[in-house]
Amino acid sequence: MKILYFASLKEKIGRSEEDIDCPPGAQTVGDLLGWLQARGEGYAHAFEDTALIKAAVDQEHATLDAPIAGAREIAFFPPVTGG
Amino acid sequence: MSISVQLEDFDIKAETEKVTAGRTDIGALVTFTGLARDHAGTKTVEAMELEHYPGMTERELERIEKEAHERWQLQASRIIHRYGPLHPGEQIVLVITASAHRKDAFEAAEFLMDWLKTKAPFWKKETGPSGTHWVDAKVSDDEAAARWQK
Repeated sequence: MKILYFASLKEKIGRSEEDIDCPPGAQTVGDLLGWLQARGEGYAHAFEDTALIKAAVDQEHATLDAPIAGAREIAFFPPVTGG
Repeated sequence: MSISVQLEDFDIKAETEKVTAGRTDIGALVTFTGLARDHAGTKTVEAMELEHYPGMTERELERIEKEAHERWQLQASRIIHRYGPLHPGEQIVLVITASAHRKDAFEAAEFLMDWLKTKAPFWKKETGPSGTHWVDAKVSDDEAAARWQK
């Protein structure tokens, strides 16, 4: 699946997207986030405060308990600040 | 109903004319324009950069616009949101709502802006005399959006 990062998360991780195989046992957005946190310093820093992480599954807002089975694109980003 | 996510500036008058062209049933037209400010609280803002999530942004704006049409009697609407580099005084966002009566047009425009600010995937990065930083989301924006929850 494709993982996308935006804004401050993109800068902390040092990339805007990557392709990964769904980690074994990961069923929800939160499971995936936990797996990503352990991938390295940049990831740990980016995902430090999970209360400030928003996610989208296939371009729709999703909560951390949303299932990821069959998802093609999962995005992580800080709370939005447009308008 | 129509949305655009674009780098270029927009012309309010031209957009308004497109909404009303050939129609005589519109009694109320509300336009809201968001501009880039030169300050954030006490801090000076010299420039900003708006990042967005191509694909999701368009889908999200379409969802928000559709929701407004389900909640209010609207004859037409138009949303334009810019991305990329912006300077103080420049236009960022345009919302137009057209209805037979002003209440629907006013409320729908306010709803569109409140939901857009909390749901459309845009992120602002501001540059000032002390450097560059990502703008934090405001609790007041969440509160403004929450009053439209059914």
